[in-house]
Amino acid sequence: MELVLAIGIGVLTGSGVWLLLRPRTFQVIIGLSLIGYGVNLFIFSMGRLRVNTPPVLQSGALVNPADYADPIPQALVLTAIVIGFATTALFLVVLLVSRGLTGSDHVDGREPN
Amino acid sequence: MTDDTALILMIVLPFAGSLAAIILPTNARNAAAILAGAVAFICLVLAVMFYPSVLDRGVVRSDIEWLPTLGLDFTLRMDGFAWLFAMLISGIGLLVVIYARYYMAPEDPVPRFFAFFLAFMGSILGVVISGNLILLVVFWELTSIFSFLLIGYWHHNASARDGARMALTITGIGGLGLLAGFLLIGHVIGSYDLDRVLASGDLIRSHDLYVPILVLVLLGALTKSAQFPFHFWLPNAMAAPTPVSAYLHSATMVKAGVFLLARLWPVLAGTYEWFWIVGFAGMMSFVLGAYNAIFQRDIKGLLACSTISHLGLITLLLSLGSPLGAVAAIFHMMNHATFKASLFMAAGIIDHETGTRDMQRLGGLFRFMPYTATLAMVASAAMAGIPLLNGFLSKEMFFAEAIETHADSILDTAAPYAAVLGSAFAVAYSVRFIHSVFFGSLPADLPREPHEPPFFMRFPIQLLVLACLLVGIVPGLTIGPFLHTAVTSLLGPATPQYSLAVWHGFTIPLFMSVLALAGGAILYLLLKDYLARCEDGPPYFRRLRSQRVFERVVVAVSWRGARFMESRLGTRRLQPQLRLLVVVAFIAAAWPLYRLGFDPGRLTVQGVDVTFAGIWAIGVVCALGAAWQAKFHRLFALILLGGAGLVTCITFDWFSAPDLALTQLLVEVVTTVLILLGLRWLPKRSADVTSGLATTGARLRRYRDLAMAVACGTGMTIIAYGVMTRTPPETIADFFLKKAYSEGGGKNVVNVILVDFRGFDTFGEITVLGIVALTVFALLRRFRPAPDNVESPEQQRVQGAFDEARPDREAGDTVSDYLLIPAVIMQWLFPVIIVFAAYLFMRGHDLPGGGFVAGIALAAAFILQYLAAGTRWVEDRLRVLPVNWIGFGLLLAALVGAGSWLFGYPFLTSYSRYVELPLIGSVPAATATLFDLGVFSLVLGATVLMLVALAHQSIRRLRASRIAAQGNEEIA
Repeated sequence: MELVLAIGIGVLTGSGVWLLLRPRTFQVIIGLSLIGYGVNLFIFSMGRLRVNTPPVLQSGALVNPADYADPIPQALVLTAIVIGFATTALFLVVLLVSRGLTGSDHVDGREPN
Repeated sequence: MTDDTALILMIVLPFAGSLAAIILPTNARNAAAILAGAVAFICLVLAVMFYPSVLDRGVVRSDIEWLPTLGLDFTLRMDGFAWLFAMLISGIGLLVVIYARYYMAPEDPVPRFFAFFLAFMGSILGVVISGNLILLVVFWELTSIFSFLLIGYWHHNASARDGARMALTITGIGGLGLLAGFLLIGHVIGSYDLDRVLASGDLIRSHDLYVPILVLVLLGALTKSAQFPFHFWLPNAMAAPTPVSAYLHSATMVKAGVFLLARLWPVLAGTYEWFWIVGFAGMMSFVLGAYNAIFQRDIKGLLACSTISHLGLITLLLSLGSPLGAVAAIFHMMNHATFKASLFMAAGIIDHETGTRDMQRLGGLFRFMPYTATLAMVASAAMAGIPLLNGFLSKEMFFAEAIETHADSILDTAAPYAAVLGSAFAVAYSVRFIHSVFFGSLPADLPREPHEPPFFMRFPIQLLVLACLLVGIVPGLTIGPFLHTAVTSLLGPATPQYSLAVWHGFTIPLFMSVLALAGGAILYLLLKDYLARCEDGPPYFRRLRSQRVFERVVVAVSWRGARFMESRLGTRRLQPQLRLLVVVAFIAAAWPLYRLGFDPGRLTVQGVDVTFAGIWAIGVVCALGAAWQAKFHRLFALILLGGAGLVTCITFDWFSAPDLALTQLLVEVVTTVLILLGLRWLPKRSADVTSGLATTGARLRRYRDLAMAVACGTGMTIIAYGVMTRTPPETIADFFLKKAYSEGGGKNVVNVILVDFRGFDTFGEITVLGIVALTVFALLRRFRPAPDNVESPEQQRVQGAFDEARPDREAGDTVSDYLLIPAVIMQWLFPVIIVFAAYLFMRGHDLPGGGFVAGIALAAAFILQYLAAGTRWVEDRLRVLPVNWIGFGLLLAALVGAGSWLFGYPFLTSYSRYVELPLIGSVPAATATLFDLGVFSLVLGATVLMLVALAHQSIRRLRASRIAAQGNEEIA
């Protein structure tokens, strides 16, 4: 299982990096989203993979931490997802405004000579 | 008033006065002068009141903790030595204020002058009474900045600007060196406290870092005191108004350097390195400064060079490492301040009354201003070291020290000769000043008819000259006790026996004095004719100007160097920057693996769930497909991106993270809608347009980027696999799991972490979210689409044409009929999703859900209504006020957090219990739930605001084009 997820993370990140280095703004925004998935999964996987042990307590008393998945990476990733959404939205609008102002969707705001 | 308060007041008052002066109207000349005078006077009185406390090595301290963990306290410390300087600074400050009131022209912005002046006075007082080295540097740098502002006061004048900039650059660099030196001292002795530093002299002198410390501290001191080879800024600073020169360049700013040398004298002095560096700088400054002074045409230039020379004398005395030398140095600091301040003021009067300071144009002024002339002559005599004046006494002590042997070297052997030579030069320039300005024939072409200045302009000079005379005639009765207080506080038990008497009998120093006087007089007689017509600057050294070197360096560094670096290393293009970022990130991740080795763990395919592997096969295809298609098929790439997102979402759920899966799913929906809304404004693109781009270069670039992408992906795989296959270490996760219910009152640990344990982080995060939403909104308010996007999309045009072609249809019918059945379903779903969101919110504390998810779910409900029925239809029926929701959410979260203050707990402490509600049953009622409500409201507002703002663009465009069309019709 670990290997599958590791390869998945690698492919997401690699595809994202490729798009990040492309010249068109839309490519960059897709690339950033892909990197976002990869990184979120990566952080999440730092808590190790556990099946059927969500960090939702069964009863209030006497908690055995070994029964539950690590909640910290999950909390981190949860905020990361929301912030990722916000930055994607911001970047999208910036690229739209830049496209409107310059007439080009190249990342530098003008077509290469 | 306690000593503590008085000390703080001495610093605070000048700065407060400065602030008050800056808000006075530009022409409030008298008010500003009275304010500045009052502040200087109060500081003087405060300083006087300290005298009993600093007698007999007494020290007054005031400690305020500032950044105690960094060893930085706001410590003020007054001892006898600092007291003497504080007196000097506030006393001469008061006199200069009086003088400046009459010197400054009514058309100058005088309040600004006094504001800078007071701020400078506060800074230099701070330097003198700082009890912490770092605090001292802070004030030290403040003096550099305010001296910059004061020198550049007449900023319309190019030479003032250049002089100010040069002074700031040189002293600023020195200040940085000083800071570095002090940090090293702190490193060596583990404290920045001045008392501890003064007690650690032996430790520092024997430490390996002594030489770096010495060099760095000297860099600060020598630049400040305009010592060789940093002396050249001082003559250029003469473009300052004369009161500034009288204050900064005689008594305070330039004295800060030698003050520091003396302050740290017990700590740093006495070594061979100290003797050589300080001694050499001092001797060079002393002799060359005096030599240069002879050949200046500008009176202030002469005085500036003379200041360099006199400060060199002080530096030389301090370099000797003998206590007697230190006594002489302190004595001369005071003497020089008095006579030089009065001379600068006299130069200002001459300038003021005649309109020029050029000694070749002046002459015979004695007849017109006998009073001023007499005062200037006495002060010059003190400068030259004539007996019965204060300058003579300290110079005599200097000669006595120069003939002693301190450290056997060339420098030591040369000292007596250099002393006589420099003093002879001093006599020559003093005589030149007096003779060429006040005697001889009056030139006809003076800009103004000279006359005596107003009484109060001369008054400060009278006081200072009186001081020169009194100290020179009866030193033991005047300066004696105070000097003794200062010297004992600095030298302690090492204080030597010294005599301030005027007459010591026929000694070698007296002989040297006579020699210097006679030599100087003869030198002037020889040079008289030459000086009356020579060009500015000393012969032989005229071309060798450090100033020019400085300017070349400045140009080279700040202009040519910067342009070179920018053209070679800089780029305005985004791609190289991103590439650099990727490379740096890659190296940062790969370096530890390379250095520390990497054990990849067991590589196994066992236990791989086929379903999971299949899902990820889809995920991989989606990611690669999105990367492949993002250029030409945006919609397709977006769908594939969504696919990758869904696989991510399933993965979260698979591995026990239901909260993440839920959030990811909803965010996925909203993101996709958002980008779909944006697609419409991007340019059309088809594959054939860019076929010409596939040149060799472009292809190579692609291969390189591909290699980087593969490397990064592989790296991530390796690291992720490596970590996942290792047993996790003990983390704080256990703490959160154990305490979530007992202290947070919730069973969903992730949610408890977000709204309770790490509530403050979440608070920051939602603030960011709100800011982003508002930024998006603001950006879109001024949005102008590119010309090729202004028309309706092709589909809408086809639909519109269809409506027009049919007589039974109205324009727009097809658009509103479009997806009619899904639209009805979406409208019906609205209440369902609201209930769903509420459900998610309510269960959040104990089960997967929470404010984030609920907010995004409700936002999705809103956007579905927009999709189903169109923007106008929705907004006619619903009040959508996302900005208010953002504000409400943030406010609620903040109030809940602040509420815990009422009960004496820190910000965002939560309280929880269960409440029985009729019909619903037992409901958790933690204050964290209220906080979560704030999160919910903000997330909802932010998401809706961004989506709606983007959706509105289409309507705005239509409205704009309709207005344009109407305009055209009217014209037609």
